[in-house]
Amino acid sequence: MRLINQHLSPPAATALKFAPFALLILAYLLGSASRLAENPNDKLLPAFSSIAAAVDLMAFTPDRRTGDYLLWTDTWSSLKRLGAGLGISTALALVIGIGIGILPFFRALLVPFVSFVSMVPPLALLPILFISLGLGETSKIALIVIGVAPIMIRDLAQTVLALPREQIVKAETLSASSWLIAIRIVLPQAMPRLLSSLRLQLGPAFLFLIAAEAISADSGLGYRIFLVRRYLSMDVIFPYVAWITFLAASADFAIDRLHRKLFPWSELEGGR
Amino acid sequence: MTALSVKNIWKEYGQQVVLENVSLEIAPRSFVALVGPSGCGKSTLLRLLLGQEKVTRGTILLDGTALPDEPGPDRGVVYQKYSVFPHLTVLSNVMLGPEMQAGRIWGRSFGAARRALADTARAMIAEVGLAGSEDKYPAQLSGGMQQRLALAQALMMQPRVLLLDEPFGALDPGIRSDIHRLMLRLWNELPMTVVMVTHDLREAFTLGTRVVALGRTRTLPEDVMRYGAAITKDIDIWPPRKAGASTIFQTEYALGWDDLTPHGAATGRPDQRTET
Repeated sequence: MRLINQHLSPPAATALKFAPFALLILAYLLGSASRLAENPNDKLLPAFSSIAAAVDLMAFTPDRRTGDYLLWTDTWSSLKRLGAGLGISTALALVIGIGIGILPFFRALLVPFVSFVSMVPPLALLPILFISLGLGETSKIALIVIGVAPIMIRDLAQTVLALPREQIVKAETLSASSWLIAIRIVLPQAMPRLLSSLRLQLGPAFLFLIAAEAISADSGLGYRIFLVRRYLSMDVIFPYVAWITFLAASADFAIDRLHRKLFPWSELEGGR
Repeated sequence: MTALSVKNIWKEYGQQVVLENVSLEIAPRSFVALVGPSGCGKSTLLRLLLGQEKVTRGTILLDGTALPDEPGPDRGVVYQKYSVFPHLTVLSNVMLGPEMQAGRIWGRSFGAARRALADTARAMIAEVGLAGSEDKYPAQLSGGMQQRLALAQALMMQPRVLLLDEPFGALDPGIRSDIHRLMLRLWNELPMTVVMVTHDLREAFTLGTRVVALGRTRTLPEDVMRYGAAITKDIDIWPPRKAGASTIFQTEYALGWDDLTPHGAATGRPDQRTET
């Protein structure tokens, strides 16, 4: 039988799903055990027990100096930046993307400019942002917006331009004004794509967030990782990385669920 | 009095001439079928009547006044595809036009007005034979049902002119004859003029009161785009059909009396093979 026709039984599929994760953990345990057997003070691959102790210290013990629970303060300040950056980007994508998609004036004005801006490497702008906007929250949020918004705008404008011309004309014969076409025809059909686009931009948004925090911050997940790097505290870095991954994956999952719930017709149309 | 008056219009795209000096007087309440070979400008003429495109030369009058430069609620349209909105249910699709006409800010109506509109919309949905599907999305409907929905949606605006661009071209023969019957009934009952583009001669003679054929009358082999299409045939159907009045045949339309099987075979319809 051809490989492409060999379907798995459900238990086998489940086992395969977990296999890579189990393999990763096993490899870590073996590596960690062998290194610790050679040198009990090894910091590179700490044992699970010392990782658990570090998690307890970061998440469930108040900091001796400030009295904060560091993991939660870090998470909160990072998520605030991320939320603000992605929120502003989404709003910009919605307004400018739909504007470009339906108004010839906007298209002529903004398409070349947005294409140009989306080619600027955002990390190269980071020094400029820090110098001009200061080291506070604004520059970090601005970096996320500059990194994410142009791509979302282009994506949404493409989606709107791909709507059949017949639909727009039909709406005109149903007495719609430009504004009504935007909010009743184009916006609802652009929203599913906007959510997908937001999902895809979660990864880059985290990248820009951590880059900005690594350089200058006083709290945040990226800040903490780069702070404890100086002491080779892998027992803190590993759980932080796992936590960031978990946050990103949950956001991804939540947006996907929201998509299915809000736009049932989009699934019927083949996930447009 | 003329519903639509097309006077000496030309349509050119750059060097390419599509329509060449076309004139057409369309009486109110008539059902004009535009036929012709592919690429001869039938759909272009329809888009001009719709206001989606502008004529290069000439004028089009609607009830004696010049046609506006853009599509509007006085001219409804049904295309072969993409005529309904995939993100709205059947009921919302049908309610959309009046809702947008009433609420210029949100494009929605509320309360008693909305309930009254929903009742009208349900009646229209039942009229086109879609009762029971009010809460479905277009993707859950078959092709024929989607076209019925598109008709209902357009008719809610009570257009003076209904323009159809090969609306039934993608449907199976059985479903097509059902929807033909529906189309004839709607045309009989509602005060509108219909212009339909079709490549199916049988359909043209089944539905129309008048069949207008477009085609290139002269060609230049070394420059095919040099000359555009003009009207080559203009046939009034006999016995004349009158909207709202029965013909001498007491049926909606008698199956077979206008059977143009050879024409059907000539257009290559696989459902109409003839033994010759």
